[in-house]
Amino acid sequence: MGKIVVDVMLKPEILDPQGKAVAAALPRLGFSFATDVRQGKRFEITVDGDVTPAQIAEVEKAAEVLLANPVIETFTVRSE
Amino acid sequence: MRIGVVTFPGTLDDRDAARAVKYAGAEAVSLWHGDADLKGVDAVILPGGFSYGDYLRCGAISSFAPVMTEIIAQANKGMPVLGICNGFQVLCEAHLLPGALTRNHELHFLCRDQTLKIENTTSAWTTNFTKGQEIVIPLKNGEGSFQCDDETLKALEDSNRIIARYVGENPNGSRNLIAGITNERGNVVGLMPHPEHAIDSLTGPTTDGLPFFTSVLSALVGK
Repeated sequence: MGKIVVDVMLKPEILDPQGKAVAAALPRLGFSFATDVRQGKRFEITVDGDVTPAQIAEVEKAAEVLLANPVIETFTVRSE
Repeated sequence: MRIGVVTFPGTLDDRDAARAVKYAGAEAVSLWHGDADLKGVDAVILPGGFSYGDYLRCGAISSFAPVMTEIIAQANKGMPVLGICNGFQVLCEAHLLPGALTRNHELHFLCRDQTLKIENTTSAWTTNFTKGQEIVIPLKNGEGSFQCDDETLKALEDSNRIIARYVGENPNGSRNLIAGITNERGNVVGLMPHPEHAIDSLTGPTTDGLPFFTSVLSALVGK
């Protein structure tokens, strides 16, 4: 079984209040390394057999119309 | 005059929207998300709620419902469509309106009476307001922050497509205090606050929401 992974992130210019809340919580727990946190989404899509370039292309299309909103988000597609 | 009110799984405000339509003097027609049939209505309202549990993104999955295929086709031909709250999110996801609604900047779900300033009185849903009129209607959402790129924002501002702005402190981080917008033609309107909850002083803070529903009747009669 192959796995295709789609990572979706808010565009850099879009405010990410969830990421900001996480960034604010880290120092309260003693973690002082973060200058910024952005939160995204990860989709893991399972397919039969090895992942083919055609399947990657199809998932890219699906990401464009459904998995991500290109108005506010960017995405990357890869096999794993 | 028959106005359709769509129910998706997770819609909450369809009954209040239908009630507002009746108060305005029109017939409310229930439309089901799974039926690609608008039952010959003259206009459509996409009410508020949490359609499909807000899964993936608010309004994302609803925008592909069978009823939306018909609504998008008719909206592009000029049929008046009003999306309230979750309905606004659906209209953006369906690309009938530009931009997107994202998480409130302070992260909290808001529920309060909100003052708005009406900026556009030429859309199908706002002709019965006066420009600059201030109204108070409920605002209740978790993801009401209107976002778009600079180019889109400039186009919206330059072409008078801002329907209403929040008055006072920005409640959710929306760009330029935007509470609602319309498309180029003025038939499709998205509004984050809830006019359907403010049509009777017994059940709402004001009756300031009613003109949205009477405006569309004027627009349809004048057609």
